[in-house]
Amino acid sequence: MNFDLNILFDNIGAISNGFVVTIGAWIGGVVLGIVLGLLVAILHRFGGKPLKALLRIYIEMIRSTPFLIQLFLLYYGGPTLGITLDAIPAGVLALGIYGSAYFAEIFRTGFNSIPSGQLEAAECLGLSRRQVILRIQLPQMGVLIMPALVNMVTILLKETPVLSIITVPELTLVMTGIGSETFAFAEVLLVLCIGYLILVEATSRVGQALEKHIGRYLDHRTQQIKTPEEMA
Amino acid sequence: MNPSVHSNEEIPMIEAQKLGKHFGDHQVLKGIDLKVHHSEVVCLVGPSGSGKSTLLRSLAFLEHYDEGEVKIEGVLLGYKRNGQDQLVPASSQEIRYTRRNVGMVFQQFNLWPHMTVLDNVTEALKRVKKMPVKKANELGRATLEKVGLKDKPNAYPIQLSGGQQQRVAIARALAMEPHIMLFDEPTSALDPELVGEVLQVMKQLAAEGMTMVVVTHEMGFAAQVADTVVFLDEGQVVVRGNPREVFCNPDSPRLKQFLQNYLERNAFWDQLEESSEPA
Repeated sequence: MNFDLNILFDNIGAISNGFVVTIGAWIGGVVLGIVLGLLVAILHRFGGKPLKALLRIYIEMIRSTPFLIQLFLLYYGGPTLGITLDAIPAGVLALGIYGSAYFAEIFRTGFNSIPSGQLEAAECLGLSRRQVILRIQLPQMGVLIMPALVNMVTILLKETPVLSIITVPELTLVMTGIGSETFAFAEVLLVLCIGYLILVEATSRVGQALEKHIGRYLDHRTQQIKTPEEMA
Repeated sequence: MNPSVHSNEEIPMIEAQKLGKHFGDHQVLKGIDLKVHHSEVVCLVGPSGSGKSTLLRSLAFLEHYDEGEVKIEGVLLGYKRNGQDQLVPASSQEIRYTRRNVGMVFQQFNLWPHMTVLDNVTEALKRVKKMPVKKANELGRATLEKVGLKDKPNAYPIQLSGGQQQRVAIARALAMEPHIMLFDEPTSALDPELVGEVLQVMKQLAAEGMTMVVVTHEMGFAAQVADTVVFLDEGQVVVRGNPREVFCNPDSPRLKQFLQNYLERNAFWDQLEESSEPA
């Protein structure tokens, strides 16, 4: 059998659709996960003890069970509990919930990293809790947590093939389908790898650019000038 | 003169009564009474662990006192009376409102490192006082000039010396036009040669009539600037009076010991006696 890339060109339409579904589910999951995660982290930080305990259980349950099982539970177990979702919404929701536990932990670390004195200063000047989060805490923790965030975003991308098991027509489902029809598994799997690699690489680049952008103020560290005239 | 302004001058700017605070089983403040009048400069001195910082922080409700009360310009801070005349915790919004005329300066400056000097000073003007950006920047620049930093608006805190950073922190509090300024060991984190520039700004504020409460280890500053010096030990006020009463003839053995320790580290005593000679 020859290595024949024509098989891919013959199926370019289906592959593009798969690609679009993968990116859509991934970005949907990431956005949902970050929003939910941030919410969980904020409630965990400022909520009362019972709420804190509840959120802790939420985080631990999600982090200690496989994504596949969570997905099954939502998609196949959901109808029993009155939650009936199509494959794509179920997939996005499951990705978002799965991601939220990890994002929450990342944001929690971020909140803890800002010295409490800065918050007291803000409090004394009359800034509200919301303003403190938006103006003081989030902008500073961005630099610190960006690598961990980007890492989690790429992990979520690499979880999207799991959605093929509940028939979400994403890239892996499409490609393995083509593979089974044509037996051109080498070509198909190679394209899959390259596809994910490009997306992960692009994500890292965007992450680095963002980190640099948010952390502009840190660049000034190297320009510290301390001559006696300066201090006068 | 406006009669309401006149009556404000009679109500103490700050009044603490039987103020108590526990950290677990340990009682840090044991029933402290303190009155600070308009334009008065009060210095809180004492050994570490005496409760002076906790007292100051309680006046801004950064520490939640659990006995007695603190009134800012006659208004109870941190608690309110419910229908049955019982004290219940005030909401954070109510606390912010009662505290709106109190400015605070910290030992560690606590500037926001991701903002420029000018943004540090104008942030609360824009977000809390809802001042238009242009007006906030004007006021911010004017306040920076007051603390001797008019050429640093676009620097980031990290580019500044400790003394400059603390002056930015003072400007940040001053820009809100507070009636009262609280200073929590404002020079303790500074290199010795940078202490003077910060004390200079504080002296200027005192001379302009700002009401100030200062926790400090700078006895020289207390001697020169304070109207009242309060010596605390183990959560209680041991001695209070004008600087000469407190420093020159200490009756209290604890104060004597404290001053003796200070004297052994810093030779300020001769200077003080010179300045206490009638001119």
